[in-house]
Amino acid sequence: MSTAKVEEKLFQNRYKVDTGRPHISIKDPEICTNQCSSQQCAVCCPAGCYTQEGNGRIVLITDGCLECGTCRIICDDHRNVAWEYPRGGYGILFKFG
Amino acid sequence: MAEKFDVIVVGAGPSGNAAAYTLAKSGLKVLQLERGEYPGSKNVQGAILYSDALERIIPDFRDDAPLERHIIEQRMWMMDDESYMGAHYRSNTFNKPPYNRYTIIRAQFDKWFSQKVQEAGALLICETTVSDLIMDDDRVIGVQTDRMGGSVFADLVILADGVNSVLARKAGFRPELNPGDVALAVKEIHFMPQETIESRFNLSGDAGVVIEMVGKITKGMMGTGFLYTNKESLTIGVGCMLSDFKKQAVSPHQLLEDLKGHPSVKPLLEGGEMKEYAAHLIPEGGYKAIPQIYGNGWLVVGDSGMFVNSVHREGSNLAMTTGRIAAETVIGLAQEGLPFTARNLAAYRTALDNSFVMKDLKKYKNLPGIFHSNPQFFTTYPDLMSQAAQTMLTVNGIDKKSKEREIRRSFTHKRSLFGLMGDAFKMWRAFE
Ligand SMILES: Cc1cc2nc3c(=O)[nH]c(=O)nc-3n(C[C@H](O)[C@H](O)[C@H](O)COP(=O)(O)OP(=O)(O)OC[C@H]3O[C@@H](n4cnc5c(N)ncnc54)[C@H](O)[C@@H]3O)c2cc1C
Ligand code: SF4
Ligand code: SF4
Repeated sequence: MSTAKVEEKLFQNRYKVDTGRPHISIKDPEICTNQCSSQQCAVCCPAGCYTQEGNGRIVLITDGCLECGTCRIICDDHRNVAWEYPRGGYGILFKFG
Repeated sequence: MAEKFDVIVVGAGPSGNAAAYTLAKSGLKVLQLERGEYPGSKNVQGAILYSDALERIIPDFRDDAPLERHIIEQRMWMMDDESYMGAHYRSNTFNKPPYNRYTIIRAQFDKWFSQKVQEAGALLICETTVSDLIMDDDRVIGVQTDRMGGSVFADLVILADGVNSVLARKAGFRPELNPGDVALAVKEIHFMPQETIESRFNLSGDAGVVIEMVGKITKGMMGTGFLYTNKESLTIGVGCMLSDFKKQAVSPHQLLEDLKGHPSVKPLLEGGEMKEYAAHLIPEGGYKAIPQIYGNGWLVVGDSGMFVNSVHREGSNLAMTTGRIAAETVIGLAQEGLPFTARNLAAYRTALDNSFVMKDLKKYKNLPGIFHSNPQFFTTYPDLMSQAAQTMLTVNGIDKKSKEREIRRSFTHKRSLFGLMGDAFKMWRAFE
């Protein structure tokens, strides 16, 4: 079974990162820590942008985001993800798609 | 930009390009806005292109469109962890022009289509995200962008902004997507020499093969895998319903890794160079999930309107067809000097209802529900089929009649005879 890390895959992609202006954010981190037992964003983001910290906190880094929308839709119990597209021209740049 | 346009089209995917092309050709003043660096830079598809929908817009597209391979063989694999059971259909009639289906690479295809749109007279501005619709009461009168520092106005705005349609949601035209109405697909592209692909898949010239896969590869989730041949690359991917990803807590990335490592798939990818990893949603809710698609000063086309036939894996063709029909509706109204009110734009919905788009989606309207409440179609059956084949094909001194009995027993053991008949009935009803 191959077990390439998702970071290795993302390395093949082209991005134009809008430094300091993440297009997605967690509305209330307290909800993630205290009310969301499944924390499905950490499992289901195809780019691994959400990671679980030991203390129940969720850290979101959008640099490798593929702009799919999964994290927003899958957080339907708490609607805790503020989701926009990056500014024009920024973000993922598919060479093939 | 103080200029006013007849129509603003948001998005330069197949639906937006079809609409903008048709509108511009008729002489209307069209502005198209795209958030990507170039059209296609945000877009993901398998990708199979169905000729018919494009032919109705650009009849001679074959002359210069970037097409990869025309498809002469379709394989359907039902898989468990070790095996697949397959039906392959290959016909030389598919190898005679004009070809009916092609594999494409979206970043290249969208760029080509967009070139045609601009040649037809539309103004395209890229690297521009539309952040909001500008409303006057309940009428859309323009768009707010993040680029030109302001607003652009038009008599009509066509939302061709894809499955997530942030704009339609913000404007309250439709609710947030339901995890049960969208699939998440992840895919990779692997490059290898043309000769390798041709010998591995028994191909010559520009002919190609597609493989669709169901079974244990989706780990009990409702979904499918796919492997398509391009000229010098293979596309491998897998997609499942978001509600299932959530429920089963499966990592999409690992799901794809496992599919790539399947003993029947791995040798096909051997030696290839992976050059991109992509993810995208597919609206798979079908007919019942279609939102309001017209209103005062606005229309919705393509994925934004949930126009995908998941049973037949058709999306880009519905995108182009809805884009074209929307444009034709608008041209008709403009010619009669009628305003773009909801009442007049309702003709778009009527035209779609009378086209194959709605007829097909209506035909399968119960299917998503059936698959949701009956996961055995994706788990138990592929497993049983494989076991049955193995039992019959293993030569071990047991007579064939006993083997048949064993197979029958294993089927009814895993699922009652009543359940099996019920399933057959549900499928028959859904496809009828
Ligand atoms: C993995 C996968 C495999 C598929 N396989 C097939 C297949 O084999 N055959 C098939 O026919 N279909 C297939 N589909 C479906 C097909 O890709 C879609 O139905 C089709 O792309 C829809 O076209 P569209 O123009 O409506 O949307 P999109 O192609 O998504 O285009 C939307 C465009 O709008 C732009 N945009 C969005 N928001 C804004 C904004 N606010 N401002 C400016 N621009 C914006 C985007 O950048 C994008 O260019 C597949 C889909 C996926 C994900
Ligand atoms: S699913 Fe939503 S609420 Fe739960 S951890 Fe993720 S972002 Fe927070
Ligand atoms: S949009 Fe998709 S890729 Fe980006 S953070 Fe959300 S789930 Fe991950």
